[in-house]
Amino acid sequence: MTETTTQATAAKFTEQVTTSGKSGLWTNNVALVQLLGLCPLLAVTGTIINGLGLGIATLITLVLSNSIVSLIRPWLKSEIRIPIFVLIIASIVTTIELVMNAWFHELYLVLGIFIPLIVTNCSIIARAEAFASKNNLVDSALDGFMMGLGFTLVLIVLGGMRELIGFGTLFANAQLMFGDIGHSMTITLSEDYPGFLLAVLPPGAFIGLGLLIALKNIIDKQQSARQVITVQSKTPITN
Amino acid sequence: MSIILQHRKNILITAALLIAFAVAGAALVGLTFTQTKDDIKYNEKLTLLRKLNNIIPADAYGNDLLLDTISLKPNRLLGTKENSLAYRARKDDNDIAIVLSSIAPNGYNGPIHMLVGIYNNGQLAGVRVIKHRETPGLGDAVSVSHSNWILGFNNKSLSNPDSNRWKVKRDGGDFDQFTGATITPRAVVKAIHNTLLYFQQNQTMLFSKPDTVSNKPENTQ
Repeated sequence: MTETTTQATAAKFTEQVTTSGKSGLWTNNVALVQLLGLCPLLAVTGTIINGLGLGIATLITLVLSNSIVSLIRPWLKSEIRIPIFVLIIASIVTTIELVMNAWFHELYLVLGIFIPLIVTNCSIIARAEAFASKNNLVDSALDGFMMGLGFTLVLIVLGGMRELIGFGTLFANAQLMFGDIGHSMTITLSEDYPGFLLAVLPPGAFIGLGLLIALKNIIDKQQSARQVITVQSKTPITN
Repeated sequence: MSIILQHRKNILITAALLIAFAVAGAALVGLTFTQTKDDIKYNEKLTLLRKLNNIIPADAYGNDLLLDTISLKPNRLLGTKENSLAYRARKDDNDIAIVLSSIAPNGYNGPIHMLVGIYNNGQLAGVRVIKHRETPGLGDAVSVSHSNWILGFNNKSLSNPDSNRWKVKRDGGDFDQFTGATITPRAVVKAIHNTLLYFQQNQTMLFSKPDTVSNKPENTQ
């Protein structure tokens, strides 16, 4: 009897992971579909490591803010929910900034002003309002994690593209995050690569993100074309 | 009547909630701040010391660079508009070198902030650009993370090369410019030359012992 209940809970949890994973990583991806948080996204993705650093900081913020908002649901009054969200998010981000300054100082120096800018990433308040204030703790934390992961992956891919084209390297400055092992992680494709300035400058970020969105839309279209024979109404979510 | 009371109660509860969250948020930030304060201070010190040691090797001096400082008034030759801090290296009571903050005001994209290390004999120990907004890929070669150009100033002095050769090659001087960028290196060369002139004019004052410093250290950050 208890075994079947555990199995049922496990099955339900797996389903939740799949659903929110699919939503966070693909159909509702913060960066590629919702197009939220573009300011930090475009600004720091000069290299993979920068993207990874900001991605992880955003992910932690999302999980924490979603969890806290979900926990305080019973006491939330609709008139003051927005200021409370803002208070929670601002406190979390400031805490993360202080902790990074203390323990990952080198990386903090590189990401600089973009850590406090996580506050302005509207995807965080959007998830608090649209999801966490209506769902339980586990679902909300999971949603925050998957949304953050989707955002981080886009940051890494975009950072990788720009770093590869702009500098001809991958994982440069990895020691900022992984310590001394990081020095051996850097991959230099060609010693005398002249560099491609456009990829490093802001226009390169816009073009790169545009290409990624286009690629996602192509894949979605192909998939829906395949499914349209069986399910007539299925269309990709675009907004 | 009871409706008004009910309303009042609601407003009070709402306000109390908001205050509670504000207090909780402030408490979290405050707690983290006190926990990380010392680490952050230590990190900042270490970062600064590492920058200074890139200019003057740690084994060349014996004192604590970060404590043996002098506050300098704004000066035209240094390009500074506010008081700046200079760090002095000494060994066994001998003056070894000083690191000055210098600003090249006329970079391509605004001021270029530098640390200039000068040995007691007037030779450059080294120069590092610490803050700039020059064009990535062109002017940013003044930064040591992008090219070795700035290391070419090591051991130069007012007499090496002569004052009229303290220019980029295009202007008839001794220092390379970059392909496609002349304004940035021109500004840096000029600022370093000016810093050397400042050092020559003020050497005794710069190395004066902390207790004999005439100008008050108003800005000791």
